[in-house]
Amino acid sequence: MTPVSSKLYADDVSLLMVLIDTNPFFWNSAQSTLPFSKFLTHVLAFLNSILLLNQMNQVVVIAAGYNSCGYIFDSSDPQNQNKRAEDLLHKLEEFVDNDQELCREESVDGPGFSLLSGSLSMALCYIQRVFRTVPLHPQPRILCLHGSPDGPGQYVAIMNSIFSAQRSMVPIDSCVLGAQHSAFLQQASYITGGVYLKPQIFDGLFQYLSTVFATDLHSRCFLQLPKPAGVDFRASCFCHKNTIDMGYICSVCLSIFCKHQKKCSTCGSVFGQAQTQNSSTTPDRKMKMPVDG
Amino acid sequence: MSDKHVIKRAKYKSSTKDPGVPGVLKLSIERFIFMPNDQKSGVKLNVEFKIVKGHKFTKEGSKQALLNLTQEQGGNYIFEFDSFTDRDVCREFVARAIAFYTEGGKAVPERTAPPVTNEQLSSIETECRIKLLQENSELQTLHKQFVFGGILTDDEFWATRKKLLDQNDSRRPKQRLALKNEMWSVKPLSDGQSNRVTFNLTPELIHQIFAEKPAVRQAYLKFVPHKMTDMEFWTKYSRAQYLHSTRNVVAAAAEAAEDEELAVFLKRDDMLANEARRKIRRVDPTVDIEADEGDDYTHLPDHGLVRDEAKDVLDSQYEPYRRSFSQDLNQHSAVVLQGRVVDVGLSDPRGVAEALTRKKQAELSDDKLNTNFEKELSNRISRSAELEDLRGPRDPAVAPLSIKDPKDYFDSQQANALKALGDTGSAAKPLISSASAGQAYDSLRNVIIDINEMGLTEPIMNQEVSLKVLNGLTQSISSTKFHLGNSSNDSILDMLPKVTKEELLHHWTSVQELLKHFWSSYPLTTKYLYNKVTRLKDAMSQVYPKLQEIKESVQSDFRHQVSLLVHPMLQALDAAFAHYDADVQRRSAKSGEKRNGFM
Repeated sequence: MTPVSSKLYADDVSLLMVLIDTNPFFWNSAQSTLPFSKFLTHVLAFLNSILLLNQMNQVVVIAAGYNSCGYIFDSSDPQNQNKRAEDLLHKLEEFVDNDQELCREESVDGPGFSLLSGSLSMALCYIQRVFRTVPLHPQPRILCLHGSPDGPGQYVAIMNSIFSAQRSMVPIDSCVLGAQHSAFLQQASYITGGVYLKPQIFDGLFQYLSTVFATDLHSRCFLQLPKPAGVDFRASCFCHKNTIDMGYICSVCLSIFCKHQKKCSTCGSVFGQAQTQNSSTTPDRKMKMPVDG
Repeated sequence: MSDKHVIKRAKYKSSTKDPGVPGVLKLSIERFIFMPNDQKSGVKLNVEFKIVKGHKFTKEGSKQALLNLTQEQGGNYIFEFDSFTDRDVCREFVARAIAFYTEGGKAVPERTAPPVTNEQLSSIETECRIKLLQENSELQTLHKQFVFGGILTDDEFWATRKKLLDQNDSRRPKQRLALKNEMWSVKPLSDGQSNRVTFNLTPELIHQIFAEKPAVRQAYLKFVPHKMTDMEFWTKYSRAQYLHSTRNVVAAAAEAAEDEELAVFLKRDDMLANEARRKIRRVDPTVDIEADEGDDYTHLPDHGLVRDEAKDVLDSQYEPYRRSFSQDLNQHSAVVLQGRVVDVGLSDPRGVAEALTRKKQAELSDDKLNTNFEKELSNRISRSAELEDLRGPRDPAVAPLSIKDPKDYFDSQQANALKALGDTGSAAKPLISSASAGQAYDSLRNVIIDINEMGLTEPIMNQEVSLKVLNGLTQSISSTKFHLGNSSNDSILDMLPKVTKEELLHHWTSVQELLKHFWSSYPLTTKYLYNKVTRLKDAMSQVYPKLQEIKESVQSDFRHQVSLLVHPMLQALDAAFAHYDADVQRRSAKSGEKRNGFM
């Protein structure tokens, strides 16, 4: 998990990208369990404690809204050295205004989806900029404070973000605040070597954050952090939604089918006929086993 | 071969000269025991093979049939047998016994006599087996357990491993004799008194000359035996060589002018030159010789070799009589690298010459057939020396990827991922509450404004909650840490004590071995197979209590894991027993009336 060491300040200096979920529909539905005010209080305290842990630590906050994403705080910005919280709240307010202007819908059923893919991409772009411009950079990591359910439409974008994070060796930590687990974030943390956590007691959110997510990457080597019991990467087929161990994969778009198809229903590719003759030996039938982690 | 014991009459001798004490030699895999016929004589022997290092024996046909067993600490036991066949049986047995105790690094028992052939299994094969056993300790344990335990015969054991034996055999192919690397240069032997110079030509040398010098070969075929005898031919050739060795080009030219036949040897070889030209045409022009740039030999005149060339400049009329040493050297290397191409007896020079000529002609005609090789060469040249500005831009044929609905990808993974997290699914908590956009945004904004104006609430949280969270986290972390088998990195086997692990693995291999033989014996068509299956069945039934023992020997923490590992073994054994019982029943029902041992 350590990038090129010569480019690092020290092993305990962190660049923490915090993605906060500002989907108003989620917070509206979660008022009874975790009001947004309590969430903000805990997160602000957490951000302050990160900045106090090491003078060179850097925190960047990105808001993931319903219609847009935006940077709302950067501790390296010389303008907000004294009034950090005020500045963050001010920016957040502006962001919410903007987000509302972009909103086309009158009302939304359920908690709706926030733009996790967009905020992840912005965080990765920021990290890449740091990698490329600053000769010595702190160790980056991404923390997703996410409550909205997974948006199926963002699948491709999110998976791409996860893989690019994996490539640039940036761990994605996730703290899920909603009622359900997030398959996206679980995969993101598993693939990038981050920590996935779903707090049980929202009143103690700050305690969770400071216990699990505050330590820098170097110290993590010496700590026992929550680990997933196991990740089941088996997929269900696109045609019948059955979980399958072995199936056919479209070589163009990687869609999964349990039976041989003439044409891919996802991307429209036409498959050759040769495979049908002895389907047992076709290389397209791939075994996928559940992976324990 | 499969006998567990060998008992032979033999004489024990303290030295080869000693007349010896007559008695009986008993060999078992662990030890050999010698009992003298005369009970009073004190030379009883009981020695373990563990300490025996090697064995020697006399050649068949020599005076005495002796077997000499050398001890590790020095000292040896010599036995004389009545016949060589007796001795050989014992020798084979001893060789196997020693092979078992000399593990891996220790030397294979040395053999001083060529292998005898009057046994069904050649010594080469035996040695091959012994070698395999020494190299593979797992195989060795299995072999020891089953073959010496009397469950399988040696042949049965190896029958399933034919591949291993074959592989071992193919490792040493019959080596073909190559040509001598030495370059033939005539070293005239002068006796110093007369002017006579002697050359020594062997059939080997003649073969080499023919292979290296096609012109000589051709001349030989042309002149011998019509125009001159074999002897005359070689005399002439040697004379030509001698002239070359004197490096007197002018003299060589003069001699050649007088003698037509001699000229053939003295002039430059046209056939060679043709072939060189042909080869040069076939050199791949795209070969990058940059790598050779550093190999500069030009500063070493004549490579420091004896046969350096005459430096004097001569008239062009003598040019054909000069020979370059590097040409000779290249031709020689080419022939040596090509190896021995004809398998004709060397004693017949004419036969060799003809065979070589035929070979050459075949090569030439092959070349003519492969004219497309040159075509391919020119293609390669045009490819590598591409004239880019003469080509149109190359467009890759790209079809844009159009994915209709990426939601499918999500759906195909989400269900399983959430199941693994122990989530009961969203059905438990239906969150269908409609909210208007304006309201939702307003409430969010109000919260932000409130905090901005009022500041954060203090304290953020109370300590009871904090403690609860800490305890919860600690508990969940420690529970996942000790959750066995969840991490693919450490398998259950590694957590078991080393002895248990090894024992389990050993049982796996032995059970597999037994089952392999068991199932391959069916259907029981012969009495032999029936006996084999009975033996195997007995051996398998002995495995059960052993497995039970392992289960009981481990600590209670691991017992469950071990029984999980043992379970499939038991299942496989049970299946075999079920089959056996069913088969026996079927047989007894069938042969109810004719129960005369016909199984």
